[in-house]
Amino acid sequence: MLKTKLCGHRLNNPLLLAAGVMGSNASSMNWILESGAAGVVTKSFSKEANKGYNNPTTVEVTGGIINAIGLSSPGVESFKEELKKINKDVNGNTKNNGKIAIASIYGSNPEEFSFVSSEIEDLVDMIELNISCPHAMKGCGAAIGQDPNLTYKIVSKVKNSVKIPIIAKLTPNVTDIGEIAISAENGGADALTLINSLGPGMKIDITTGRPILHNKFGGMSGPAIKPIALKHVYNVYESVNIPIIGVGGIRNYADVIEFLYAGSSAVQIGTSILYDGPSIFNKINNDLGDFIKSSDFSSIKEMIGIAHRN
Amino acid sequence: MAKSINEYEISEIKDIIIETDTIKTFIFDWDMEEGRIPKPGQFMMVWSFNGKQDEKPMSISKIGINNNEIGITIKNVGEFTNHIHNLEIGDKLGLRGPYGNNFSINGNKILAIGGGVGMAPISTFVEYAREKGKEIDVISASITKDELLFTNRLDNCGANIFTCTDDGTCGFEGYATHRTINILEDSCYDMAVVCGPEIMMKGIFNILEDASILAEYSMERYMKCAMGICGQCCLDNTGWRVCIEGPIFTSDQIKQIIEFGKYHRDASGVKHYL
Repeated sequence: MLKTKLCGHRLNNPLLLAAGVMGSNASSMNWILESGAAGVVTKSFSKEANKGYNNPTTVEVTGGIINAIGLSSPGVESFKEELKKINKDVNGNTKNNGKIAIASIYGSNPEEFSFVSSEIEDLVDMIELNISCPHAMKGCGAAIGQDPNLTYKIVSKVKNSVKIPIIAKLTPNVTDIGEIAISAENGGADALTLINSLGPGMKIDITTGRPILHNKFGGMSGPAIKPIALKHVYNVYESVNIPIIGVGGIRNYADVIEFLYAGSSAVQIGTSILYDGPSIFNKINNDLGDFIKSSDFSSIKEMIGIAHRN
Repeated sequence: MAKSINEYEISEIKDIIIETDTIKTFIFDWDMEEGRIPKPGQFMMVWSFNGKQDEKPMSISKIGINNNEIGITIKNVGEFTNHIHNLEIGDKLGLRGPYGNNFSINGNKILAIGGGVGMAPISTFVEYAREKGKEIDVISASITKDELLFTNRLDNCGANIFTCTDDGTCGFEGYATHRTINILEDSCYDMAVVCGPEIMMKGIFNILEDASILAEYSMERYMKCAMGICGQCCLDNTGWRVCIEGPIFTSDQIKQIIEFGKYHRDASGVKHYL
């Protein structure tokens, strides 16, 4: 009943782990899969190792958190060792269990994106392009996703380098997300993830007068951003023909339903693990199952885009 | 409403105890409100916002429930800790916590083993267990006599202290592992608690397993959020977060942590083997 499809992949349910949360090693991602998620998106990585910003990198605020981790990653060569173990059997083959592994990658130019994509293509089911991190180094992250031409160039370059489906993860921090979404679709994106964290925002300690994050600014995530994420999904659904993965502040089954109604084919959950731990996935699946049973729907597919009916 | 543990408390250093040439204990006022009372084995995130700006997890080494005080014992091992060591009474640090799980008490006769600054969480456990009337033998290990921690404090609370130094300047000459083998020849215990360098804990683990003594071990990993979401401190192969499911792990859990005594990951996630 919760089964759905995304870019040709069968999923046990519409819940995926969002990039940047418990996605630094295969062990934690396998735990998330065992906890009911139908897929995981890794923490973003690129060609070279990067230690990210100094602490504090994360601060809790009303309605969620602000983070400026700074895209820390061990680099593609090291991270391959983790990718080889996500949802794989003892022989290293992908388990045929309705669960998928998605690699989130970042870079500063089309060549870097395509290099990293080609390196990992055989180890994952899909690739999510992080062109939307609001606290990335110069030339990375949102600097790309705020520019329709650069978005097109990177998406099309990766699309021409790999055979597996690619997803463009977009930033909400633009004037017209629809324009960027269309650029990504024209570039050959097989799906879109909406939205990356909001802002950047900041928090200042009132005793010392200092910004708490070492980077001063960071991306806002968590329940407070859900209405904004939902609105972006709703708008973009009307502009593109490729599936949308909704993400932003999802904490319970009702939030998932809203995202499906707005036009998401699947959703990602990240920050709410702060409140509920990995068990949030099974909990939402159970509640979502109960909701569908008591409704007139018989599948997830029927629920997608309901809010667009007149 | 009680403050969230994730909110910073900007705290003046109230006192500094010079424990050894390389180790100091910093004392802070701490309101012992519901949900913020530290338990033995828990840690604080310590934020330095002047000079060397960074934030690291540090074990709580003193829990003053009655006088609303906590102590954090820090060894000078790098840039961050060196900066903290240069601070004076009246200087301020940001504290959040307490984080993580805690040591439990199982049985009546307990062996507590601490190596070097690993004595920090052991000391709060020993005081707590003594209050509960438990019989505690402590193996306090260090490289040399001057680096032994909390000997008087633990003696005063009625624990039996067995010191152990690499160079034999105080007590048994040799490693904590040797002292443990030695003490197990004469005594048996209902449980053990262990904190120290991971290579030492690995050795102790093998010894205690052979002796069929269930134990709890305090682990340390590079941390960022300490709230269980960033994934930085997740362990192979279970994925457990040191900041939430840890830092204390039971013998059974340690068996499932394949990286225990083998490797850890740095800030970028690159593995470093012991």
